[in-house]
Amino acid sequence: MDILFQQIVNGLVQGSIYALVALGYTMVYGIMGLINFAHGEVVMIGTLVALSVAGLLLQLGMPAAVAGFGGLAAATVVCMALGWGLERVAYRPLRHAPRLTPLITAIGMSIVLQNVAMLVWGRNYLTFPAVAPKAQFEVAGAHFTAVQVMIVVVSGLTMVGLLLLVYRTRLGMAMRATAQNPAVAGLMGVNVDRVIAAAFVIGSALGAVAGMLVGAYYEIAHYQMGFMLGLKAFTAAVLGGIGNLAGAMAGGVLLGIIEALGAGYIGDLTGGFLGSNYQDIFAFLVLIGVLMFRPSGLFGEKTGDRA
Amino acid sequence: MVFPKLSAVAAVVASCFTLVACGQKEEPKVAAPVPAAPAAPAPKPEVTVKIGHVAPMTGPQAHLGKDNENGARQAIDELNAKGLEIGGAKVKFELLAEDDQADPKQGTLVAQKLIDAKVNGVIGHLNSGTTIPASKLYFDAGIPQISGSATNPKYTQQGFNTAFRVMANDVQQGKALGEFAAKQGIKTVAIVDDRTAYGQGLADEFRKAAETAGIKIVATEFTNDKATDFKAILTKIRSTKADLVFYGGMDAQGGPLVKQMKDLGLKAKFLGGDGVCTPEFMKLGGPASEGNYCSLPGMPLEKLAQGPAFRDAYGKKFNAEIQLYAPYVYDAVMVMAEAMKRANSVEPAKYLPEVGKTHFEGVTAKIEFDDKGDLKSGAISMYQYKAGKLEYVDTLGGSPMEAAKAEVKEAVAEVKEAAKAVGEAAKEGVKAGAEAAKEMAKEGVKAGADAVKAGADAAKAAVDKK
Repeated sequence: MDILFQQIVNGLVQGSIYALVALGYTMVYGIMGLINFAHGEVVMIGTLVALSVAGLLLQLGMPAAVAGFGGLAAATVVCMALGWGLERVAYRPLRHAPRLTPLITAIGMSIVLQNVAMLVWGRNYLTFPAVAPKAQFEVAGAHFTAVQVMIVVVSGLTMVGLLLLVYRTRLGMAMRATAQNPAVAGLMGVNVDRVIAAAFVIGSALGAVAGMLVGAYYEIAHYQMGFMLGLKAFTAAVLGGIGNLAGAMAGGVLLGIIEALGAGYIGDLTGGFLGSNYQDIFAFLVLIGVLMFRPSGLFGEKTGDRA
Repeated sequence: MVFPKLSAVAAVVASCFTLVACGQKEEPKVAAPVPAAPAAPAPKPEVTVKIGHVAPMTGPQAHLGKDNENGARQAIDELNAKGLEIGGAKVKFELLAEDDQADPKQGTLVAQKLIDAKVNGVIGHLNSGTTIPASKLYFDAGIPQISGSATNPKYTQQGFNTAFRVMANDVQQGKALGEFAAKQGIKTVAIVDDRTAYGQGLADEFRKAAETAGIKIVATEFTNDKATDFKAILTKIRSTKADLVFYGGMDAQGGPLVKQMKDLGLKAKFLGGDGVCTPEFMKLGGPASEGNYCSLPGMPLEKLAQGPAFRDAYGKKFNAEIQLYAPYVYDAVMVMAEAMKRANSVEPAKYLPEVGKTHFEGVTAKIEFDDKGDLKSGAISMYQYKAGKLEYVDTLGGSPMEAAKAEVKEAVAEVKEAAKAVGEAAKEGVKAGAEAAKEMAKEGVKAGADAVKAGADAAKAAVDKK
């Protein structure tokens, strides 16, 4: 029983990170129907910037908490600029091109960003500075650390903030209008270009937060870490119904838990026929299942208010 | 360009002579001012020897790939600086470095690329998973291949006369690890591997050895060579209360794995093979890696005659620390060049038989191959992660240990002799000073001092060797 509880805790933490990253995919998709495959790389850049800045602040003798927030702030600023730049350079010129074209630029940008990161930070695995609190807890047989609690809380708060932004502010209203019909929104006086740029910037900021959390959690960073994370988060977004904010959050958490339980129990369920090496197939089995039986995702029917 | 003109034939003969001389003495400084045959000082033809090198230069193991490439580059630069002559032609070695991304598919692609580029030999690949499929292509093309790091036994068991490795294989390593675990009083073990040819192979060999030693295997879990999260499998392992987690895989996963063991409150110890026996592992594992053990084929560098010198040269050249396999890759290149020298040809078909007959005093070991192409006397050394450093614990198996012991004995004898000489020299010096003129005294004291210094050096060298 304590295994089950521990696996759910593991999955919840992993899932919260997926959810934060998935929001970046889903916001952009909701507004302009584009899958920004470079988003995983934005997260990676966020982690690496946070690593460098936090490391520097620690060296200057700042306390860990200050260094952590400094790293987060720097990562957020850099990622927002990066998101804005990506949209400006890679997607805006292709706004009216066939849908496949920006998809290919997205993949291209992802490769460019990986290589830039490799040049700047090198090929080695980097150790993320120890900025997170080290405390460990044990509740009902499940061990977890302060970082894990922090991850769930921070992602939760960030998501609530995003929902407030989208449903309670003028910018949010403009976003929802653009999502429904960009042409009409433009006629109503919405600056569509600015709204799209805002979606990229906000999505990237969430990516920076996710990047910081991933770094603090695993305490390692690498220029290729964004790829698999991006792929899983994309799966989470599709699972929840891509374009739907609540769907991305639920999809992320659900995917994390499915993965943890899958890896933990597949051996027992199949009598040892399949081992935990099939851990990653769960994410993609889920993706295939959703695409076959419910192409619009778990929350997909609410296409009216995709963000 | 390689056709020798009549006038050059004499030069060929002359250079053959020098080559033999070089081969015997092994002097690094032989800048070989070739006594050109009296008749014709014709300019020597130049031959470019292309050495292919393959390792992952991108992806999670890029740091190890770069380390391997550095090792090869150092060997090649040294060879070029020495200015070898083979078959009467001045030889220039050229490194064709390729990236296989640690991916077996990519491994065969770049292997074909190297074959098409008509390389004279191949050093690599890094991973067993890429080395094994690629070795078939090299065999078909008749190109000698020496890997400095592929330890899966299958590599040399395919019957390819082109496949060699300058490192102990995983049968030897798995066995040593299993026996070591039993010696540590381990009763139950959980095995995790990354499903690569290397990780799986090592884990299988460890399992055999552990079971033979009476250890119970209580869990077998898997991950992959790109994973970062191991909590799900570790949670399962925790419920088995294993004494030890054995990991067959590389440092980039092993480090986070050992850290997450601690996060989840596992009490089990950690044990791994050469893939996790790196500074990188400790960096990534942090305090959680402390006190655990790992193994490396061969002997520690500082215990080998040429080891410290190699480390210094490497550090100076690349401004980096050796990660793992660089000295082995360096030896691999040197073994290949030696074989070319002995065969007096850079043609793969001509020098291939010579590779098998290698007797080479390398940085990492005395290199001799058995009929399969495996290292004849593969020693395995155990290390402990201690205070952020790999601390040498013990060497298991292999004759290099015997060789080292003999060396130590010799060194001790040398020290004794040196000490005796120092005493005598000093005595004489003092005596001379008292009796004879000032000049004489000075000289005597100086001689005494020199002798003392020499004695101290000898003592120091002996201690280093130990």
